[in-house]
Amino acid sequence: MTEDPLLRIDDLTVEYKSARHWAPAVRGASLRVEPGEFVSLVGESGSGKTTLVQAALGLLPPSARQSAGTVHYSDVDVTGWSDRRMALVRGNYVGFIPQDPNTSLNPVKKIGQQVIEAVRFNEKQKRDAAAWKEAALESLRTAGLADAERVFAQYPHELSGGMKQRALIAIALAGKPKLILADEPTSALDVTVQQRILDHLAGLRVDLGIGILLVTHDLGVALDRSDRIAVMQGGEIVEEGPVAEVIEHAADPYTRRLLDAAPARHTGRLEPATGTRAEDQPIALRANDIEKTYRLRGRGRRELRALGGVDLEVRQGTTHAIVGESGAGKSTLARILVGFDAPDAGTVHLGDRELTGLGHRQLRELRSDLQFVFQNPFTSLDPRFTVEKIVAEPLRAFKIPGDRRSRVVQLLEAVALDESHLGRLPAELSGGQRQRVAIARALALNPEVLVLDEAVSALDVSVQAQILQLLVDLQGEFGLAYVFVTHDLGVVRLIADDVTVMKDGAVVESGPAVKVFEAPAQDYTRELLAAVPGARLAPANVRLGDCRV
Amino acid sequence: MLRYAALKTGRALFVVWAAFTLTFVLLFVLPANPEDLLFDPTELNTIPEEVREQVAANYGFDEPVVVQYFQRLGHALAGDFGNSVQSGKPVTEAVLGVLPSTLILSAGALALAALIAYAIALTATSTRRPWLRNLVESLPSAAVSVPVFLSGILLLQVFAFRLGWFPAFGSDGPASLVLPLVTLAIPVSGPIAQLLVRRFTAELESGYVTTSRAKGATRDQIVKGDVFRNASLPALTITGVTFGNLIAGSVITETVFAREGIGRLTQTAINTLDVPLVQGIVVLVAASFALINLAVDLVYPLLDPRLRATLAAATA
Repeated sequence: MTEDPLLRIDDLTVEYKSARHWAPAVRGASLRVEPGEFVSLVGESGSGKTTLVQAALGLLPPSARQSAGTVHYSDVDVTGWSDRRMALVRGNYVGFIPQDPNTSLNPVKKIGQQVIEAVRFNEKQKRDAAAWKEAALESLRTAGLADAERVFAQYPHELSGGMKQRALIAIALAGKPKLILADEPTSALDVTVQQRILDHLAGLRVDLGIGILLVTHDLGVALDRSDRIAVMQGGEIVEEGPVAEVIEHAADPYTRRLLDAAPARHTGRLEPATGTRAEDQPIALRANDIEKTYRLRGRGRRELRALGGVDLEVRQGTTHAIVGESGAGKSTLARILVGFDAPDAGTVHLGDRELTGLGHRQLRELRSDLQFVFQNPFTSLDPRFTVEKIVAEPLRAFKIPGDRRSRVVQLLEAVALDESHLGRLPAELSGGQRQRVAIARALALNPEVLVLDEAVSALDVSVQAQILQLLVDLQGEFGLAYVFVTHDLGVVRLIADDVTVMKDGAVVESGPAVKVFEAPAQDYTRELLAAVPGARLAPANVRLGDCRV
Repeated sequence: MLRYAALKTGRALFVVWAAFTLTFVLLFVLPANPEDLLFDPTELNTIPEEVREQVAANYGFDEPVVVQYFQRLGHALAGDFGNSVQSGKPVTEAVLGVLPSTLILSAGALALAALIAYAIALTATSTRRPWLRNLVESLPSAAVSVPVFLSGILLLQVFAFRLGWFPAFGSDGPASLVLPLVTLAIPVSGPIAQLLVRRFTAELESGYVTTSRAKGATRDQIVKGDVFRNASLPALTITGVTFGNLIAGSVITETVFAREGIGRLTQTAINTLDVPLVQGIVVLVAASFALINLAVDLVYPLLDPRLRATLAAATA
């Protein structure tokens, strides 16, 4: 190799100050990015991948310190540089694309001004305002915003998430850097948008010859586009190498488990551990011609049609997945199915009982047969309740007689937790454990139907795999029917018997999962399927529940 | 946008009307013999019945309450709150005569308070020394907890009597304004500073700051270019509300420093039970309070494009 790598991190250790001592978040990590290379850094939450990037940029929070190791940009050692000196490197030599486009732009400044700043801070010789503006517009165009003039004069809140992320890419490119660090740049975006943004990044590497370091939790995303990937776990880089090599001969057991847990690795539906899957079951939950329109505030009488004539049928003991991107109306539908919201028109039947139009009291009676699991296990559990109290809450609310504690233990065992968790608070549980507790609570009243709204979306991929297997096992055991709302088609493949694809409040396609996946009838479904990352992962038949990480 | 402005103006007018109605009920309806309030309580029993009746007729107390109310409301709308019982001068004239003095004091104190608040917030966020940050952050609560009369007397002792830099009393010349200004500004600056420190800290941790740092901006550039405006928006709201505190604070300040102004006038009006004057003052103070908050409400959308967008959407 004649050239120095763009970025070379050697034996980096970063520690965070905790109550009494310094706890390491990154331990002796080494990484390099060559010119024109696309490197992905993969890891689950808490693996230290973001800290590594912050350290490379000199943007560690005040509570962290770099206690060992060096960071080189080309042949310059920037270890221990002051903030003022690092400011000269940032933007100029290394650009950064942040995680959440919705919070990463200044809300009170026009996009153009924010890009111009990036141009101005990094210019080599002095130029005038017209030249700045031209450079900013050019940067916006390079970032894939064809209508650069219009975006230039807009505020962040006037743009969609994907456009904001492109504006942020424009800001990162404005200083003409040789290297771009991107921290989960697409995690907050819909799959089809994610695909376009990542394609664009990969294209920039070819066109501009810059190096890219992509930080992601999604192995599929990393494998699709990278030249090399590095896998991080517990602050250490446990595996590093060209993509093909990692897929074929991952040396590290953690990497292999991650590979196996990726939804793209599995073609068919998961099989329950016990019990059998039902065929030709009667309908457990049926929605007919549901309509819902939100009236936006103000005198303009603007209306947002969230749902326009949606039908849905869920058979007993099966899973019906509702898939769609943000704004498709899938969460609104889920809330109407369980009676949290009332539809403007249409009916919902649970078995042969009609749900719609019932009063609070009658609806409450039905709740024991119809339960809901929320997306975020970090907010859906009362932080001051113990696990026992959380799971027993429905039992108390419905005054179920009998020994509550033994019932709670029984429920915890059903979700693969045990008695030792009874006295714990949610804060003492991991994300996966919390979602197990939430599921146990939903099961407490022996419901027939469980509506799960993005129930695994907030979880790491290995934990997600465990929860999915758990859901399938519970279904086999208790004959539950699931309505599984998700944006992730990869997950749908693993769990669904039937699929309904939604877009803009209407059903695009509906049918048996096998049929929708093998022979999608609609373009939109095909587009969604093509956008699912992980195409390079060959399917392998592994039982997901065994992927304990 | 127009609808928003009309709504806010309507709300301001309602506040003023409510103040008028409430004072009318308290001062003219609830007392059994409102004309009693017009005489010195010590001499009340010596006043002959005919005089009382004549006075009551003069003030319209013999009319039904509803008629009285609309008469007074009509006069008030034309800017006439009747005559002061003590001086016999029109109330409007008496209030407007001292209003500029109080307005200068309040506005000056507000500006000074904002200055102090920003100084505290900027020092706290830009310093790298933890002890300095802790010290500066404790100032707002200290500022709130010192009562105006105490800090006023303290300032008088040191700067007027000991050092002789500023006059102790009176209301002539800019020099006489300095000590009352400082006295009034200190407690008002506390809540604003506290809010600003919190906002600055929170905004500095937000995503767009990271973006700016990655652009190559230095910390100073970020505080100036990004954080300042975003952190100031909530402070603007609290500043409007604080204006009420200022007028209340001016009563004590003007008494301590023997300055003429609304505060002193109020004090005298209450001491002498000058009912029309009290009502005039309450309504005018309510009006200026409503006016300031109206201004804040109308300026807000100019500073925050997001609010502007929701307003445009609502009226589209």
